[in-house]
Amino acid sequence: MGARVNAAASGTANWVDERTSIGGFVKFFARKLFPDHWSFMLGEIALYSFIVLLLSGVFLTAFFVPSMTIVTYDGPLATMQGVEMSEAFASTLHMSFEVPGGLLMRQIHHWSALLFTAAIVTHMARVFFTGAFRKPRELNWLVGFTLMILSLAAGFSGYSLPDDVLSGNGLRIIEGVTRSIPIVGEYISYWIFGGEFPGEILIPRLFTMHILLVPGLILVLIALHLFLVFLHKHTQYPGGGRKHTNVVGLPLFPVYTAKAGGFFFVVFGIVALVAALFTINPVWNYGPYDPSPVSAGTQPDWYILFVDGALRLMPGWLFDVIPMEWEFWGYTLSLNLLIPALIMPGLFFGFVALYPWIEAWATGDRGEKHVLDRPRNAPVRTGIGVALITFYVVLVMEGSNDIIANLFHLSLNDLTYFFRIGIFVLPVIAFWITRRICFGLQRKDRELVLHGKETGRIVRHEHGEYVEVHEPLTDQERWLLVSYDDIAPLEIEDEYNDRGVRRKGYRWDRFKKWLSHLYFEKRISPVTPEELEAAQHEHH
Amino acid sequence: MSTTENSTGHGPEGSETTNGFENPGMPYHRPRRADVDPKADKKAERQVAALFGVSIIGTVVAIGSYMALDMTDEIDSIRFVNMAIGLGIFLAMMGIGLGAIHWAKTLMRDHEMVEERHALRSSDESREGAIQNLKDGAEDSGLGGVKRRPVLVGSMLTALLAAPLAILWPQIGNMGADWNTSNFGHTMWRKGMKLTRDPDGTPIKASDVTIGSAFHVIPEGLNELEHGKIEEKAKAVVLLLRLDPRDLNLQPGREDWSFDGIIAFSKICTHVGCPVALYEQQTHHLLCPCHQSTFDVANGAKVVFGPAKRPLPQLPITVDDEGYIIAQSDFHEPIGPSYWTRLKDTSDGLHADETEGSSH
Repeated sequence: MGARVNAAASGTANWVDERTSIGGFVKFFARKLFPDHWSFMLGEIALYSFIVLLLSGVFLTAFFVPSMTIVTYDGPLATMQGVEMSEAFASTLHMSFEVPGGLLMRQIHHWSALLFTAAIVTHMARVFFTGAFRKPRELNWLVGFTLMILSLAAGFSGYSLPDDVLSGNGLRIIEGVTRSIPIVGEYISYWIFGGEFPGEILIPRLFTMHILLVPGLILVLIALHLFLVFLHKHTQYPGGGRKHTNVVGLPLFPVYTAKAGGFFFVVFGIVALVAALFTINPVWNYGPYDPSPVSAGTQPDWYILFVDGALRLMPGWLFDVIPMEWEFWGYTLSLNLLIPALIMPGLFFGFVALYPWIEAWATGDRGEKHVLDRPRNAPVRTGIGVALITFYVVLVMEGSNDIIANLFHLSLNDLTYFFRIGIFVLPVIAFWITRRICFGLQRKDRELVLHGKETGRIVRHEHGEYVEVHEPLTDQERWLLVSYDDIAPLEIEDEYNDRGVRRKGYRWDRFKKWLSHLYFEKRISPVTPEELEAAQHEHH
Repeated sequence: MSTTENSTGHGPEGSETTNGFENPGMPYHRPRRADVDPKADKKAERQVAALFGVSIIGTVVAIGSYMALDMTDEIDSIRFVNMAIGLGIFLAMMGIGLGAIHWAKTLMRDHEMVEERHALRSSDESREGAIQNLKDGAEDSGLGGVKRRPVLVGSMLTALLAAPLAILWPQIGNMGADWNTSNFGHTMWRKGMKLTRDPDGTPIKASDVTIGSAFHVIPEGLNELEHGKIEEKAKAVVLLLRLDPRDLNLQPGREDWSFDGIIAFSKICTHVGCPVALYEQQTHHLLCPCHQSTFDVANGAKVVFGPAKRPLPQLPITVDDEGYIIAQSDFHEPIGPSYWTRLKDTSDGLHADETEGSSH
């Protein structure tokens, strides 16, 4: 029996290999090593929730009708009897209440969309805080960044498809923001909506975008993202035996086939559990889109909340005297829309996209980096990261200001005033505190290396002195604490050479020097063997 | 290079030490219980098989729930069927996932291996070869080299850049319908049109509107529109309110736009277009629930808080012979959010600025 199976398998393998030379690929990939760390699973969660999205999405397309034709509801839902609604909304109700498991699939789809965006953002944060975006991975950072933007497009276009009153208001806001773009805004709005808002063509257009264009791009970029991961080989955390020149880990087959493959089923299982137990986006409570009603306390999905918060934060009148909507030469410029909804996200995302280059200018480092940083060992980067998160969280909280005000019995207006100041002040404070904490942790690491671990054992010397015994670190423990790069600020050549001629590129160099000093002027260097020896000498 | 380069980066040819310490090498590998104890090994195997068994049970639960449970029109029964199928899927997936991971963690290799990395940069030889190949190709085609053909290259690039327009221009041209963006500037309100209740379209008598009350209003005839009903509604919705006439500060030039304390404003927020649906009777404030722009109805709906800059446009109203509230005209300015040419659509010589006041 076993021999027959073996013969069949080798026959098939031979057949395929003679036509594809797949043997070489299998030899190359099967035992490829991957380092182990829980934080490497964040990107996997994003990938797997995307697969769950594809699977559940195919089911939804079997029942969803992307049409804005108005019909009168005649289904089992008593509250909607006789209500006029688009076919999109009616088919959403149909699949939720008349198809067994349909509501479950909708909820699996929506929950995994929320998980998809959340996992991408968390994965990006991991890559950022550990410096995994450094050479040679800058391009893959950009690929991942683009995937993040596409996930927002996928999420928003899908959220709008049921044509309920909540998503309709979201589209109304998009329309208003689009219109505010100088000169071409009105025409872009007409282009998107096929005429005046809401028109009759938007849902079919969003549908194509949502099920073809955006997921197609996401698939292509995921392939590129993973190809680059294979090409670069995965980064690894510092530790004994790990170097920039090697990769330490376990083989793809069988260990990661089992672990990562199994993890897909875990992600799917958890999404199914959440979707089975917790309602998400109950559009039957909101009702079909109608331009007139809207209720308080309604919010977009979490990933759009920061833009909504920015729209709430921005005053129409600055200090009650300076208008934020300007009229000149007969034209209107709506800064109260442009700044929060387009300029702010543009600058925020632009900074995130370009960050690998900004840091490379500061370090002046040209080497390949395959061992990750512990966040404490890059205090300025970690500070910037926490400042960005703080900025983002302030906007998310402002986007929930009505709910916060209601929950904690606060004044809505006072909250907004607080966040209007906080958006400028809190990120700076967060940066400063984070950098201090990093320095503190680095000093603690030095202390551990130099003087060892406290054991709690008190010993009395012959001459009566009491001391606590400190146990020196093992080689492995010490290596983790001393093996980080001690980067000195860049020094540059003088502006004028010996003959008094101003050299080219001086301004750019001066900028890099300024940036570098910002990063590395104040730094805690790792313990050197000489320092360790001196400290040990002191002890004995 | 004008900057001093740090050399802490380790290309694959870089140094192996940092700050003088030697890398201690791979840590000692501790065997797991299953590695040394055959009983533990067997136990782990049984656990993995049990987890796969849980998955099979989950599949049975999911299919069984689908087949056995009936959905009625009751929301609770629909929820129950979905929950039962969902829990089945949960078990079916989770069993496989945990089983595979437990297998990997207890029975597969956990002794880490080492693989060298290679520089990503191609060898000098490859690079030179690549450049030579490109040069040869350029020479063959006349793109470069001795026999350059600049006219050919120029005309080809121009054609390639222009050709997409042949597809894009008609496509984009078709996507914006008639491109008549001046539709932003007016609504279906006309002189003499009755203000009617949203959504049933019944007319409103002045005597129905008591002090402190608020009506959500649509224009007479909206519900009968054959075409573009929702687009017209998105622009024409109005809030009708009655204040004590002593509380109402009529705006200059608009003294006759209201009737005995009854006043009508566009319901579409001048910030970004949400319906301004929340009316606070005591303060006469209208609040937009989307971004909390707050308008003071007693003072021409000017902005008192939030991101909006302009007051809500006022609909001039009066009362007809039968006592019904009717419009005097369309709005005198575009309703809703601002746009680049908004002032061009502002009519009757009533410039928006004349009715604006700053907030306090």
